[in-house]
Amino acid sequence: MKHTLSVLVENKPGVLSRIAGLFARRGFNIDSLAVGITENPDVSRMTITVDGKDHPIEQVTKQLHKLINVIKITDLDPKRTVARELALVKVKSDAHSRGEIMQIAEIFRANILDVGRKTITLEITGTYEKINAIEQLLEPHGIVEIVRTGRIAIERGAK
Amino acid sequence: MKGSEAIVASLKAAGVDTIFGLPGGVVIPLYDALYDSDIRHYLVRHEQGAAHMADGYARATGKTGVCIATSGPGATNLVTGIANAYMDSSPMVAITGQVRSGLIGTDAFQEADITGITQPIVKHSYLIKDAKEIPRVFKEAFYIASTGRPGPVVIDIPADCQLDEIDYSQPEKIQLLGYKPTLKGNMKQIKAAAKLILSAERPVLYVGGGIVNSGAHKELAELARLLNIPVTTTLMGIGSFPETDKLSLGMLGMHGTGYANYAVTHSDLLIGVGVRFDDRVTGKLETFASGAKKIHIDIDPAEISKNIGIDVPIVGDARGILGELVRELKKARPGKTATRAWNKQVSDWKKKHPLSYEEGESDIAPQHVVEEIYRVTRGNAIICTEVGQNQMWSALFYKHTKPRHFITSGGLGTMGFGFPASIGAKVGQPRKTVIDIAGDGSFQMTIQELATAVNYNIPVVVAILNNQYLGMVRQWQELFWGKRYSNTCIECQPDFARVAEAYGALGMTITDKKDIADAVSTAIKAKKPAVLDFRVRQDENVFPMVPAGKSITEMIGGHK
Repeated sequence: MKHTLSVLVENKPGVLSRIAGLFARRGFNIDSLAVGITENPDVSRMTITVDGKDHPIEQVTKQLHKLINVIKITDLDPKRTVARELALVKVKSDAHSRGEIMQIAEIFRANILDVGRKTITLEITGTYEKINAIEQLLEPHGIVEIVRTGRIAIERGAK
Repeated sequence: MKGSEAIVASLKAAGVDTIFGLPGGVVIPLYDALYDSDIRHYLVRHEQGAAHMADGYARATGKTGVCIATSGPGATNLVTGIANAYMDSSPMVAITGQVRSGLIGTDAFQEADITGITQPIVKHSYLIKDAKEIPRVFKEAFYIASTGRPGPVVIDIPADCQLDEIDYSQPEKIQLLGYKPTLKGNMKQIKAAAKLILSAERPVLYVGGGIVNSGAHKELAELARLLNIPVTTTLMGIGSFPETDKLSLGMLGMHGTGYANYAVTHSDLLIGVGVRFDDRVTGKLETFASGAKKIHIDIDPAEISKNIGIDVPIVGDARGILGELVRELKKARPGKTATRAWNKQVSDWKKKHPLSYEEGESDIAPQHVVEEIYRVTRGNAIICTEVGQNQMWSALFYKHTKPRHFITSGGLGTMGFGFPASIGAKVGQPRKTVIDIAGDGSFQMTIQELATAVNYNIPVVVAILNNQYLGMVRQWQELFWGKRYSNTCIECQPDFARVAEAYGALGMTITDKKDIADAVSTAIKAKKPAVLDFRVRQDENVFPMVPAGKSITEMIGGHK
């Protein structure tokens, strides 16, 4: 099972390297990693997705906790979490296929960022699965380049 | 004041009175500040020696060891020593100079990214960017190194930060958002552990370096004697329970005693305290105490269930938890009858599988040297070891009774550790007799520190069990590699006694077993560093031995 770890860290030089290094030397694979500042400028948040099938998630979080710069780790419960990812996709298109691609974009509520002579660039926000789905539909047209941010996630508010 | 003076003031504020190090270009300002200070600085001959001395000092005293090296090669020479301290949870602060801030990242002369290089082997590290950070960083570093699960902290200080002027003041408190070690054990868990202990028929205490670090030896003894629970120690736990006690099983694992390995394997309750279920202890994990419930007490939550499933984990400081546990058990007014049959069984194993070796006519068995050292010192010496056969014989054939009296490189297995560590231990405990039981291979890795020992007249005794082999590897080649002794014979070696004399130490060569005791007591009384070259039997092996990856009852040799 995929786990989404929301990790609060001190915003200090070298923290990312400490975390990445820990994953590497303990043999944990990172599926995705997104970093950004938080409402507190001294603190950054990393959203890390790891496959719990490959590594006991408990070991991953415990080892992360041992890093002095790591303040808090939450293994987000998917049922109580909203997760999103942003992808930019440059896909081959000519006058012939442009209509169909724009239709796909509409269905997925993707924004069209750029239209070139031979390509269209789309911006899609959504879950990991949604982005995979549009990627699959665009595949036959020929994907030139895809850039994904990795997942970011937040816990839902109390109901 | 200058940054370098702030470093010295911060060290003094942390209670440091002893440092081991070696200067170089970018730490000249720091050494200039030390010149006027009353901190004792021991000048080593290689930075690795400084790190091991700081480590040995820390292990012998419980205080945080401090070492200094310059940038680049000075810093990289510390790396083995830092890794060694990390693996054995030894409190250390390593201070390294760095090229001046503006040059960092330019491949400047003697530049090395030491915080990067040491990242996997430190508890924490700092690269100071502004001299103003010095007081805070030092305060934090000593706090981090010595609390929770202890470990090494590196502080890298660019040359310009040592020269900049700052307004020095000691920070009042430490604010570390992400560092709050759990010390107090959860009472519910302690009660659950007590319940398991009271219902156990074949309990074994399996204890390690955590007992030594936490100073929990008294509480451990109380727990063991309360219910007559046999105690086995890891290599790092040696000395935390007196091996002269009838409940002692000695060491367990790959070179453990037969009775320790049998007891653990047949136990119905294993109480691990300050241990990490290391592969040298457990052998094949699937068969390790497979019929036993397991309690694991450790200050590091990441050790719980890392290698093996645990029924009752308790995170916190061993001393406090064992104290609570004893109080809890006493409430039940337990008798000692529950473990009577078990202790009878254990004592049968002890009779059936004692440690043994063959004595020669006049040739020297290495185990006999260790026994003679025990006899001459009456078991009161601090014993340091190198790594390999000398280490295992020292662990097995000396009856260790006190914590912080057995100093050895457990996790990393660093040849060359013991001698500088013994110098550090003697500096920290000057009234104690300190003996490094060495191998001829290991000793040559840090032999240059003889100059340090002679320079400051630090009277340690090096007892070389000289078999002219890298003995433990030779043993593996004999047993598992068809006696193909590839590159393990080191017959080409100096006359160690004359090398010692050349340095100004006492040197002796001993070839007859009747001369062992005299040599040891002469060396101890010499009041100067001494090297005893014991020419021991070349093909002696460490037994019992569990081949790597086998169950710990699949022992070969050493017992009938």
